[in-house]
Amino acid sequence: MRLIRIMTTFIGLIALWAVIAKINDLPKFILPSPQDVLISFSERYDILFQHSLTTALEIGLGLFFGIIGGIISALLISMYQPVRQWVMPLLIASQALPVFAIAPLLVLWFDYGITSKVVMATLIIYFPVTVGFSDGLNRTPTAWRDMAAVIQAGSTSRISNQIRQYRYIRIPFALPSLASGIRVATAVAPIGAVVGEWVGSSSGLGYLMLHANGRMQTDLMFAALLILTLMAVSLYYLMDFCLRKAINWQTDQNLM
Amino acid sequence: MVVDDTSPSSTEEDDLNIYRAFPNGTLLGEEKAPGLHISLSQFAFGKRTLFSDFELDLPAGKTTCILGPSGVGKTTILKTIAGFIPLAEGSAINATDGKPVQDRLAYMDQRDLLLPWASVIENIVIGDKLKGEKAAYEKAESFLQDLDLQEYRYDRPDKLSGGMRQRIALARTLMGEHPIVLVDEPFSALDAITRYRLQQRFVSMMKNRTVLMITHDPLEALRVAHRIYIMRDRPVNLSDPISPHNQPPRQATEAQYQAAIDRILYELGLTEEDW
Repeated sequence: MRLIRIMTTFIGLIALWAVIAKINDLPKFILPSPQDVLISFSERYDILFQHSLTTALEIGLGLFFGIIGGIISALLISMYQPVRQWVMPLLIASQALPVFAIAPLLVLWFDYGITSKVVMATLIIYFPVTVGFSDGLNRTPTAWRDMAAVIQAGSTSRISNQIRQYRYIRIPFALPSLASGIRVATAVAPIGAVVGEWVGSSSGLGYLMLHANGRMQTDLMFAALLILTLMAVSLYYLMDFCLRKAINWQTDQNLM
Repeated sequence: MVVDDTSPSSTEEDDLNIYRAFPNGTLLGEEKAPGLHISLSQFAFGKRTLFSDFELDLPAGKTTCILGPSGVGKTTILKTIAGFIPLAEGSAINATDGKPVQDRLAYMDQRDLLLPWASVIENIVIGDKLKGEKAAYEKAESFLQDLDLQEYRYDRPDKLSGGMRQRIALARTLMGEHPIVLVDEPFSALDAITRYRLQQRFVSMMKNRTVLMITHDPLEALRVAHRIYIMRDRPVNLSDPISPHNQPPRQATEAQYQAAIDRILYELGLTEEDW
């Protein structure tokens, strides 16, 4: 049913596009028709595939580093109060700067290759993951914390008590919040990679789009855009599916 | 209308019956449960003093019930004893055997507090895990067997009914073999029949432990407690203890307890005009 709905929307939009292109009779370099884009797909598929691979790799690595970094930061922020006080303002400042503004710097520092794009994607992904997870860790219901405190009353080692409390109660409790953070991050991840490619690169879908645009190959640009959209949407749904499978319990609302 | 505590302590036959009904939960090792002397100097929410110079003695190995209307401060007192709220200056909680109290104490909340991501059996052994000890799965299994919940051992709590969940919470509370147990209205969210059955189970499981239970249900107090106090006013006052004859679990609706029920209702502030 859901698939039918998605397909209907998709086909409807393409039909609308075809009609607009037909009625207005626009030149190909302003608005190519779906047929033109399809032809461009079939003629340039090797290039499109190659550049998609680069972008996908950038997004994948960005997600990996961003999520790992976000998880570690959230744990540190929630476990040690000083870290929170020192790091939180920095974190927010880093997000206040638009990634478009620092992209040239990153390209300057990390070169035209894949590294600068991975760094950019990581920066974009890191924030929602950190905020989501640390929020979940700090919202652990008092009743559970009290329960753990009574159970651990006899044991003297504070740090290992805390670690066990995180392991068995706080982290599992925060996983749904982490998942929300990862969902947001996954949706915005392609932005980092593509912006990086626009600013300076020699491969990737962003590079291809810029290149095609400059040469009035609007049909190729549309093809790249479609691939990017498809990639972003399927990445999101794949991530969502995995997260739903992994975190499938309902937290009792009474406890919150 | 004072009811004296002249009934003999439980007979050997009683012990045997309870042991048969619940072979694993009632064993407390070598240690005997101590009595508890609680003396709380004061506690206030803002300007409103909740209690001052509050004194309470819990007899060793017996169940004491504090009965009172909602909002009177029962839970606050229980949480103070449990250590969730720091003790004010001049307060003290002492065991009659002189040993420390905090690490011999278990607390059961009115919510079951089962972890929704963990299976039933993992929920029961969570205490061992939080203490960094080897999880006593065999013991947890025998608890499940006694509670007729074996088939659910790998299920998540959200699959279970409220009564089952509360039974599991009871098992988790008792896994640590703590001689002192504090219980906050554990059955208030259950239907009447389930509550009735669980109360019986509760009595056998809590045998020989020093238990302080708070409730707002007079019948529940009469069913499970050796000694009952009524709490009211602000700052709170405790009534004289009511110690009904016979050992719990009692059939609280029997005629012989009518006097005790009347007295409890009277102490709670019910007058003839309310009839």
